[in-house]
Order: sequence, then C-alpha cells, then structure tokens
Amino acid sequence: MTDRVPVLKIGEILLVSIQVDLEDQMVMDLQDDLSNRIVATGAKGVIIDISALEIVDSFVGRMLATNAAISRVLGAETIVVGMRPAVAMTLVELGLSLQGVRTALNLERGLKLLRRISAGRA
Amino acid sequence: MTTDSKLPLLVETLTAQRDAFLSQWTRTVGEDLQGRLSLAELGRELGELYESILRALTGGDLDSHGENFAETRSLLIELSRNRARQGFTPTETARSVFSLKEVLEPTLTSDEKGAQQYLQFARLLDDLGLLTTEAYVRTREEIISAQAEQLLELSTPVVKLWDGVVGVPLVGTLDSARTQVVMEKLLQTLVDSDSTHAIIDITGVPTVDTQVAQHLLKTVVAARMMGAQCTISGIRPQIAQTIVALGIEFGDIPTNASLSDALRQALKEVAEDATEEIRGLL
Repeated sequence: MTDRVPVLKIGEILLVSIQVDLEDQMVMDLQDDLSNRIVATGAKGVIIDISALEIVDSFVGRMLATNAAISRVLGAETIVVGMRPAVAMTLVELGLSLQGVRTALNLERGLKLLRRISAGRA
Repeated sequence: MTTDSKLPLLVETLTAQRDAFLSQWTRTVGEDLQGRLSLAELGRELGELYESILRALTGGDLDSHGENFAETRSLLIELSRNRARQGFTPTETARSVFSLKEVLEPTLTSDEKGAQQYLQFARLLDDLGLLTTEAYVRTREEIISAQAEQLLELSTPVVKLWDGVVGVPLVGTLDSARTQVVMEKLLQTLVDSDSTHAIIDITGVPTVDTQVAQHLLKTVVAARMMGAQCTISGIRPQIAQTIVALGIEFGDIPTNASLSDALRQALKEVAEDATEEIRGLL
C-alpha cells in the first residue's frame, strides 16, 4: 500500500499539496482521486502546490499537464503554484513548457487568480 | 668552497666576483625596467636568485628541471607572478634572467675554458628564462579568468522597478553560462520579492542570433511556468530586422521597443490585480 496524496476541499476549490517525491503509482492514484473528487464535489478550481518538490522530471511534468486537461474537461480550472526556480529551469531544459497549465507564484496568488477566472475576467 | 660542480671555473668566478656581478646585473635589469621598480627591491630579488643559482651550480647537476634548481624555479615563478601583476611585459620579465648572460660574458669568454662553461651556463639560463615566461602567462590567465568571473557577477543585476515588477538590464553578449546565471537570479528574485512581472531589457545586447533568442525564450518560459509574466524590451530597429530575417519566432511572448512601454504595460496589469484584490475584500 503506497502513500496517497491528500486532496483537500476548501469551498469550491480542491487543494492538492504534493509534499514528497512522487512515485509512479502515487501519480496514477492522484489522477484517479482528483477526477473522482472533482465530480463528487462539483469543484470549480483545482490548485496543485508543488513548492515542496525539489525535483520534477518529465513524468511529473506530464502528470501536471494531464491533470490540468482532465479537470478542464470536468469544468474546473487547474493552477499549479509554488514552482521553484530550479524546477522551472529543469523543465525548460527538458523541453517541457507546461502548455495549457496556468501557474502562479504562490498559493495566495493562485487563489486570487482562480477568483478572477471564476468572475470571468481572465 | 668545496664543490663537485661540473663548472668549477664558473662557480669560482661567480663566488669571487659576486658583488660586482650582482650590482651590474641589478643595474642592467633596472635600466630595462626604466625605473618602474626600485633598485633596492630589484637588488634583493636578484640577490636571492643569484645565491640560489650559485648553490644549485655547486650541487653539480646542470638540469634546470632537476632537484638542485627547485629553489631557483620557485623564486623565478614568484618573480614572474609579481611582474605579471605589476603589468610588466613577458619580454621584460624574461630579460631579467637573460641579462645575467650579458653581465658574465666579458669576464668568462676571455679564455677557451671559460667560454665553454659560459655556453653551458647560457643554455641553463635560457631554460630558466623560458620558465619565467611560462609562469608569467599562467598568472595572466588566472587574472583573466578571475576577471571574467567578476564580470559575470557584475553584469547581471536584477533590479526591482516597482512593487511586483522586476527588471533585468542585460549588457553584453549572451552565452549559455550567462543566461544560466541571469535565469537563476531572475527566478529567485521573482520568488523572493513575490513579483508577478519581469522585464528583460536587451538594449545593451549588441547582437541577437538564434542562440541568444533561444536563451531568452527559455528564460521567459521558465518565468511563465512559475506564474510570472515576462516581457522583453529594448529591441532596437536593427535587432528587430535581424530577428525577422532569421525567422526567429517569439510566439506569444510580449515584446516592446522601449523599457518605458514595457514598464507602463506591467504597471497597468499590476494595478488591475490590485483592484481585484480590493473588490475581493469587499
């Protein structure tokens, strides 16, 4: 039994805070959990906090993009927050630009951005 | 002096006429350097060198790379280092050694045996002279690489232009190493100052080729992935033409002709964010 990443509900927003380096099984579980929770709660926004991640490989990078796409299909906007400079540089070197994924510097700005999106202004 | 030297006559002469030779050597080198180094200091340096050469010669072996000359070599390296730092030319440095030949020539070449020993000694001094040049060049290279490093540090400042807006005025040619430093500094500053807008000003970048453009794009994409908006400003007419001629695609990355335009745009967006915030509170 592997660890699972918790998906927390705050109002209309789901918060996923990734604290440990992800193994493949955890990524698959997270994808399942997240899509189930979005449907169950009718959430309008998802925030994935990766400020604790020091290493992001192409697998995790793709996971972020996939999750964003899945939640968009389910009617929720995904924002990835707290990416470290080193992580951003690694992803660029890997040739990943996370197209279609919205990002914010930190959780606070992410929440603000979601609020703007739900108000239909961004 | 008891000696097993291969050049007994030379050692004898060098020992006997030490003071005369030394003062003449100091004078010759002093003239070469045209008074940029005090005679007292020069005399001390050359004195040490003279003694160490004499000691090495007494030891017998004539190989300048041998153990006998270890002390001489370290003295010479030290001397070359100082000369390189003080801005003397390599010729002047090497001539410090070579001029000892001129000093000895009239005394030693008067008879055949002396001349023979003089020639052997001259060969040794040539080797030592080359050693100074080598040490000189090495020191210069150290200085150059240290300066390049300092330049790298100096040339990539990240400045805060406004609340939430940081700017990077780039000056000089961009290569991978510099881009890496700029990128790291910029991204770290974005996090530290909680800024949502960054402006990279390339007014001071002389040329933009595909590689430089690639580096700029990487920086912008990295900033965007962290959730900041990055603008490139200061594109001169000439550079704009080059960019189009090379077919470089900046895609949806905002670019501006001047820093002021970019700043105005950034301030407008920051202000919009701020009003959202107030509404959110109410």
